[in-house]
Amino acid sequence: MNHLLSTHDLSIDEIVQLLELADHMAEINSRAVPKVPALRGKTIASVFFEDSTRTRLSFETAAKRLSAEVMTFSASTSSVNKGESLRDTIETLTAMGVHAFVVRHKSSGVPKQITQWTNAAVVNAGDGWHQHPTQAMLDAYTITRNFGDKESMAGRTIAIVGDIKHSRVARSNVDVFTRMGANVVLVAPDALLPSSIEGWNVSTASSIDEVVGHVDVLYMLRMQRERMDESLVISLKEYTDLYALTEERAARLAPHALLMHPGPINRGVEMQVDPSEVPGSRILQQVANGISVRMAVLFSLLGGEISPAATLGGDA
Amino acid sequence: MSATKSIVIRGATVVNPDAVFEADVRVVDALIDAVGDALEGDIVLDGRGCYVSSGFVDLHTHLREPGKEEAETIESGSRAAALGGYTAVVAMPNTDPAQDNVATVRFVREQGIKANLCEVMPSGCITVGRLGAELVSYAGLADEGVTLFTDDGTGVQDEDTMKRALVSARLANVTLAQHCEVSSMTNGAVMHDGACCSSLGVPGWPSLAEEQMVQRDINLVRATGAKMHFLHLSTQGSVQMVREAKAEGLPITAEVTPHHLSLLDELLTSFDPIFKVNPPLRTAADIAALKAGVLDGTIDAIATDHAPHAGHTKEQPLDQAPPGMLGLETALAVVNTSMDLDARKIVELMSWNPARIAGLDARHGRAVAVGEPANLCVWNTADVWEVSREGLASKSKNTPYHGMNVRGRVRHTLFSGQIVVNEGKATR
Repeated sequence: MNHLLSTHDLSIDEIVQLLELADHMAEINSRAVPKVPALRGKTIASVFFEDSTRTRLSFETAAKRLSAEVMTFSASTSSVNKGESLRDTIETLTAMGVHAFVVRHKSSGVPKQITQWTNAAVVNAGDGWHQHPTQAMLDAYTITRNFGDKESMAGRTIAIVGDIKHSRVARSNVDVFTRMGANVVLVAPDALLPSSIEGWNVSTASSIDEVVGHVDVLYMLRMQRERMDESLVISLKEYTDLYALTEERAARLAPHALLMHPGPINRGVEMQVDPSEVPGSRILQQVANGISVRMAVLFSLLGGEISPAATLGGDA
Repeated sequence: MSATKSIVIRGATVVNPDAVFEADVRVVDALIDAVGDALEGDIVLDGRGCYVSSGFVDLHTHLREPGKEEAETIESGSRAAALGGYTAVVAMPNTDPAQDNVATVRFVREQGIKANLCEVMPSGCITVGRLGAELVSYAGLADEGVTLFTDDGTGVQDEDTMKRALVSARLANVTLAQHCEVSSMTNGAVMHDGACCSSLGVPGWPSLAEEQMVQRDINLVRATGAKMHFLHLSTQGSVQMVREAKAEGLPITAEVTPHHLSLLDELLTSFDPIFKVNPPLRTAADIAALKAGVLDGTIDAIATDHAPHAGHTKEQPLDQAPPGMLGLETALAVVNTSMDLDARKIVELMSWNPARIAGLDARHGRAVAVGEPANLCVWNTADVWEVSREGLASKSKNTPYHGMNVRGRVRHTLFSGQIVVNEGKATR
């Protein structure tokens, strides 16, 4: 693995291996001093052209726990504001000796484009509506570890609810979940589904009530208010009537069912119930798992020549 | 004129509307002097294994001058045209300033004359500044020799404006050429709206955005009786509508680009803006329909939509990069590689028909015969070569065919009796 640009770049075997490596990382994270020297001497640039809190902090924490140097770049305070091109930004940072770029951009495809201007590894931390591969990996990790089956999620029913069309999380998760054997149901109004789901291997439902009683995982997406404002969508009231998780609906979840959300949560929009009141909620566990999974990804990309057992054992 | 040297194209197969035959062709000054066997001349061009025909005519060339000389100049674009076998190109009016006035139109024509590599025929705008509101004076620009008017890059959105434009165009006896795109349906669009687009997560460019305007304009042509040329059709629906409109006898012509006959939307999985173009690359079904339209005459002409862009502009994110790709130097080879067309059909699509549509048929797109203007191209359908962006004469390098093998090549081009391309190399 030279880069992590899309879930489509990974075979199921590779995903399973990464999740097993994440188990090692989770063990490190449980220690009193959660830090190992695995990536000492490596420099990771966290390059966020679009605002993000949790993903940026999660990657930076993962890098630091592996003892990598972290270089933080944020577009709002950088020379991008002075009109510097994407290529010049990447070439400049590369010249400073970067081993890996963690890239977030509002335009689909930017992480892939960047690979032509640098020899460093590129990790997609979310590009447009396209992909968010580490989110899919941490979600797969959360689901498989909760259900105790490390190899797959075969036969599980997972409903993804909300704005599928504009969601990189949905695109990544559909790919990983379906390839791992889950039955994925997309729950969204037509206006928020992509114009074609040919080849997605999913079914669809037009309200949360149709699915909530029999899913193994209820995966809620963030509903962006901006989309509502574009008026191409339905009204907020119509949306919440059909697609929001209310207390009443949460009560219909099966006892074993998991409630997940990539964050940030829109309370009062898609989440009309306090997630801490839902026993199956794994939303904060997703955040914690994100660090382990991102450590696994960074280690796989940058620590390839070192065996995990040798490096991950000792303290920093 | 005893100092004039005669040029003989030896051993090629002449492609004329009424006959295809082997003959030598001799050119003296700007005219064809003889067509026959074993002709002698001062300069001999090897035509063995090649066709000789009237030079190609491109209905759709962006030369970028004035305004974006960083991407192309009239000289560099004319050189690219000559290398592609073109002896005339219609320069699109989306320059800066736009070609909506006499001074700019004259400037473009004169720069073409100065470059002296092919005839540069400026087109005019349909509306002032291509803004879709106030009509340009067609009669005024027609006096400057402009015969084709378009707001290319954008379609005329307002129905009544377009209707009035067609009425004025009919009175001035000029042709309007429409870029069919309902812009409210393509806001921020990046690629064809289909399975690939949905999977890549980029804003889609629906076929309907083109087809809605094709249908509207067919209705307007029926209502006004004015002539209309459809630029770069890209969808199966458009082809079918034009087929039916022509069967009805409406005065409509249509073009298709080499890239819409050869490249699929799936190329965008690379996220490489080199493949971003307006209208977008579409599906295999669309390509099949366009080819059927070419074969049954629904499509009259192959036009390049040659659209140079400076390198750095194509290094932006896909949704920000400008649409457009080069076409002049690869058109013949791409068409010949994508479709099994005989030489006569190729010349019809690339020379005779476009010359007539552009009103250039007094000088271009004519038979290879004694006394005709010596605007000629010598080309073959057999040579296989690899396209290399570094090898192109265009100032920009945004060819989507870099690294691909194509079949068919331009060997010599004669413009106004002068050798502008010899053995595949520009002479000036």
